[in-house]
Amino acid sequence: MSTEAVKSPIAGTKLRAEHVSMVFARDGKSTEVLNDIDLEVREGEFVCLVGPSGCGKSTLLNVMGGFLSPTSGQVRIDSQAVRGPDPRRIFVFQERGVFPWLTVEGNIGFGLFKLSRSEREQRIKHYINMVGLQGFEESYPSELSGGMKQRLEVARAFAVNPDMLYLDEPFGALDSITRLVMRGELLRIWEAERKTVIFVTHDIDEAVQLADRVVVLSARPASIQQIVNIDIAHPRDISSPRYLELRDGILRQIGFAHKI
Amino acid sequence: MNLAVRLRPIVFIAVLLVIWQIAISRHPGYILPSPLGVVGGIVDLLRHGLLLKYVVASLFRVTWGFVLAAVLAIPLGLTIGWYSRLEMALNPIIQILRPISPLAWIPIAILWFGVGDLSAIFLIFLACFFPLLLTAMNAVRNIPGVYINAGRNFGMGLSTLVYSVLYPAVVPQLIIGLRITLGVAWLVVVAAEMIAVDSGLGFLIVDARNAGNRYDLVVAGMLIIGIIGLLLDTAMRSLEKIKSFRWGYSED
Repeated sequence: MSTEAVKSPIAGTKLRAEHVSMVFARDGKSTEVLNDIDLEVREGEFVCLVGPSGCGKSTLLNVMGGFLSPTSGQVRIDSQAVRGPDPRRIFVFQERGVFPWLTVEGNIGFGLFKLSRSEREQRIKHYINMVGLQGFEESYPSELSGGMKQRLEVARAFAVNPDMLYLDEPFGALDSITRLVMRGELLRIWEAERKTVIFVTHDIDEAVQLADRVVVLSARPASIQQIVNIDIAHPRDISSPRYLELRDGILRQIGFAHKI
Repeated sequence: MNLAVRLRPIVFIAVLLVIWQIAISRHPGYILPSPLGVVGGIVDLLRHGLLLKYVVASLFRVTWGFVLAAVLAIPLGLTIGWYSRLEMALNPIIQILRPISPLAWIPIAILWFGVGDLSAIFLIFLACFFPLLLTAMNAVRNIPGVYINAGRNFGMGLSTLVYSVLYPAVVPQLIIGLRITLGVAWLVVVAAEMIAVDSGLGFLIVDARNAGNRYDLVVAGMLIIGIIGLLLDTAMRSLEKIKSFRWGYSED
C-alpha cells in the first residue's frame, strides 16, 4: 500500500506507479501478471518498457492509461490517482486503432470535438503536415500503407495536445525500414513537443534508440529487473561502442530472464 | 467488360426461352405454359391494371413489416448486445423464438389481426424481427475493443460514444443483415398473401390457379416476384458501396 511520502513528490515527477500488482482471475485460475511495480517517470521523459513477450508490459501500460485497475497499488499522475482513461493522456494501440470509417482528416479531428470548427481545421492541418500525410486528407485508412496508418494514429494522439502518450508496440507490425523511419519521426515530434512518453516494445534496439531510460521487466509475473539510463545524445550513432554496450547489457538481462 | 461478355447472359436466357417454347409446342400434355403464354399473361394483367396494383400491394406490406421490424429490432439488439447481462437474460427466449418459421404464426396472426393486411404485415414483421435482432446483437459484440477504448480515451461520454464510434462501427454489418432480411421478407410476403389477403403477388398466384387454372398467370407472378426480389437486393447492395461503410466488407 502507498505510504504518505507520496504527498510531496520530487519536482518534475509526472507519473508514479506505487506497488502496482495485477492478478487476473479466469475460470477459477488466477494468474499473477504484475508483481509490485514501483516506477517514477519524469515530466518530458521518454521511457521504454521492455521485457520478454507475454510478460505483462502491455498490462502495465493499460494500468497506467487507466484502462485496467490494478489489483493492488495505484498509479498517480501529477500526484492524482488514475481512475480511468483521460484525454490528457492518449494511448496509441498495438492493434490499429484508427477508425476505418473516417478519413485521415476525420481521424485526426476525432478527439477535437470540443473545439470550434476553425480551430479544429487548423489543428488537423498542422498535424497532417507534421506526419507528412499532405494530399491524403480525404483518404480512408484502407487506402493507406501500414506506416501511414501508424503515422495517422500518432497524429491523432498528438492533435489533442495531451501531456502524456502511451505507445503499445506501435511499430511492431511494420517492416523494418518503415520502422526505422517511424522511430526517427517519433523522436522528431517528441523533441518538438516534449511530451512524456511511455513506450512498450519487445525490440531492445528500438528501446535503446529511443528512450532516455529503459525499464527492463522480468518474465511473468513482471517485476522491474533493471532500469538503464541511456546516456547518449540524439541523434544516436547506433554503431557507437556505448550504444552497443548498453544494448548488450539489456540483451543479457533479457536472455537471463528467459531462462528463469 | 466488353459488349460480347455483357450480352452473354442475355443470349443464354434467350436460348433457354426458345428451347422452352419449342419443347412446349411439341409436347401434347400441359405441364407448363409457354414463354409466349406467360408474356400474354403479363399483358393481360397490365391491361386489367392488376399488375401494378398487386406489385404495389405486396411492396406496401413488405415495407411496413420490414421497416417496423428494423425500427424496433435494431435499437433493441444494439442495447442487448452492449449490456452483456441483459443478453444473458434474454438470449434463451430469443433462441427459442427464432427458429419458429413465421408461417407457423399464421393461425395466431389471423386470430389477433383477422384476415387482411395487418396479418400479412405481422408475419413479415416476425420474419424480419429476429434476424435483425441477432444481427444487431452480434454487430455490437464484434466491435473491436480498441475502437471503444480509443473513444473513451478521447473523453467521450456514452452518447457521443454511441454516435461517433458504436454506430459507425456496426453499420456495415447492419446493412448486410438488412439486405438478407429484406430478401426473407420478400419470400414471406408471398406465403402470407396466399392465406390472409385478396391482393398482391402471392394472392395472384393462388387466385390464378383456383379461378380456372390460369398457369400462364401463375408463372407470370413467379417471374415478377423474382425480378422485384433482384431489384430490391441490388438496391440494398448499392449501400455497401458507400465509402465510409466500405471498410466493413473487404480486408485490407
